[in-house]
Amino acid sequence: MKTLQDILQPQNLVYTKPTLMNDRPMHYCPGCSHGMVHKMVAEIIEEMNLTDHTIGICPVGCAVFAYNYLDIDWIEAAHGRAPACASAVSRMWPGHLVFTYQGDGDFACIGTGESIHAMNRGENITIIFINNAIYGMTGGQMAPTTLMGMKTSTCPYGRRADLHGFPLKMTEIAATLEGTCYVTRQSVHNVAAIQRAKKAIRKAFTNSLEKRGTSLVEIVSTCNAGWKLSPVEANRWMEQHMFPFYPLGDLKDTTEQQ
Amino acid sequence: MQQPQETMLLKGNEAIALAAIRCGCDGFFGYPITPQSEILETLCKEKPWETTGMTVLQAESELASINMVYAGGATGKKVMTSSSSPGVALMQEGITYMAGAEIPGVIVNVQRGGPGLGTIQPSQADYFQSTRGGGNGDYEVIVLAPSSVQEMADFIGLAFELAFRYRNPALILSDGVIGQMMEKVVLPPQQPRLTEAEIAQRYPWAATGRSKNRGSNYFTSLELHPEAQEKHNLHLQEKYARIRKNEVRYEEYQCEDATYLIVAFGSAARMAQKAIEDLRKKGIRAGMLRPITLWPFPSERIAQLSTQVKGILCTEINAGQMVQDIRLAVEGRTPVFHYGRLGGMVPTPDEIENALTEMIDNFSNENHE
Repeated sequence: MKTLQDILQPQNLVYTKPTLMNDRPMHYCPGCSHGMVHKMVAEIIEEMNLTDHTIGICPVGCAVFAYNYLDIDWIEAAHGRAPACASAVSRMWPGHLVFTYQGDGDFACIGTGESIHAMNRGENITIIFINNAIYGMTGGQMAPTTLMGMKTSTCPYGRRADLHGFPLKMTEIAATLEGTCYVTRQSVHNVAAIQRAKKAIRKAFTNSLEKRGTSLVEIVSTCNAGWKLSPVEANRWMEQHMFPFYPLGDLKDTTEQQ
Repeated sequence: MQQPQETMLLKGNEAIALAAIRCGCDGFFGYPITPQSEILETLCKEKPWETTGMTVLQAESELASINMVYAGGATGKKVMTSSSSPGVALMQEGITYMAGAEIPGVIVNVQRGGPGLGTIQPSQADYFQSTRGGGNGDYEVIVLAPSSVQEMADFIGLAFELAFRYRNPALILSDGVIGQMMEKVVLPPQQPRLTEAEIAQRYPWAATGRSKNRGSNYFTSLELHPEAQEKHNLHLQEKYARIRKNEVRYEEYQCEDATYLIVAFGSAARMAQKAIEDLRKKGIRAGMLRPITLWPFPSERIAQLSTQVKGILCTEINAGQMVQDIRLAVEGRTPVFHYGRLGGMVPTPDEIENALTEMIDNFSNENHE
């Protein structure tokens, strides 16, 4: 009869938690995309051996507590100011990997100015942009990326152009800026997507270290609690409604030609 | 090797820029606004990135520049920004975050008249904004008030020293007079910027990238549990008490035999000094206390002097702001008056002299009644 110790052997190891993930219960709702992206970021930093050369900038929003989960140095920015913070850190520590981790409210609404100008200066940073089309932390209000007709607590009858204006495609704007080198839109709703997203973040981090300019990785994400759907339904809703408006894939990649 | 002392003729704003380079500043993040744009312009002309390696970045807004200072300070680097009143109003968000997360950094405010967009002429109307915490929450900012171009240069090094000693933002509260006028100044000797190893050793709290022998260094001003937030705030208050105890700075001018005291800071103190010279010629024994730190305020010394003099005149280029701190210090022991000009108008020594004479006349009229 095999004991647990017999099974816990290196040759039997098929999966391990990244060592950079702290053993701390996450505050994210079950089914939310944040946990998956956090884990991916931890894995990549570890794989690239960058722990002592990485500074993350966390946002205001659901990911405000990212510093509790990833065992790296962090600076928690005021709402929307993460790209300004990252610009300074990258210039103060030019050899470091500097990345921001921001939601749609942070990156595409209150911080639009900081986002556009950091990208347009071509700061050698990576922006990971979680777009779930809603304000999660404050309880489900309308976001700059909320789809037309979509219901939130501040557009309870559905988003209407005459009342609320239109959803903002910041990633498309980013692709037009001279300072960006890599602009891509990914998701983490199935294994294949996770693998593609991880590859994209790794590429973005490499660009930052090689000082090619700003890389933007948008992750079209679920907020099943805010959307008031089960995790499975939320994934399906995202495929049906979010992907047509926010199509996945690379929007810009100047690194391929180099 | 000792560097020879150079005496230069500089504008206050130029002195700030050159002193910043020389005291080993790592980064300046700013946005143009009158009457302080020469600070950013001088730095861009000097190109310190080619000599000391200092970063100079024109940001997209004052909001961005202060948040660059917030994050740059968190990396353990000497970083600063400068602006004028409306721009500093916009920076209050970043300043309260710096205070909350205990991040050092230097902010220079070359004040102009307000409120709103106001004027581009000199003013001291941001005294409350600077000393009362213009942002949200219980916090204090160390405030230095230069009254000469020499002090503009000297206070950059001092502000960085205090900011790092206490891990707190330090503000140099200047105004359009000091920023724009030219005076002789001796600049500090060139200091090298700290190396990565020196920063890691001196500032173990800094975000330098997590090495194997320490845990994560992170900066935040967020706390969901009120008990923990109160504990943090009490820690800040304890720090502020230490600053109050150790860092009060002021200068006295002819206070030894003074019957009347003028309290003035910055450029207003320059006008007041001239007024005192003239008053003394007329036999009126006036003296001046010039607070150098506006926070912490020299309350104790003012309280002592209030028992010696018949009255105190506070002259400011505002509607009466520092006068409140004087009254709090004096606690009714002697009458406290205020004289100020507003909106970019600067009081002349004659006006200050008249204000003090009027104050004395009031006393004698009261005595006759």
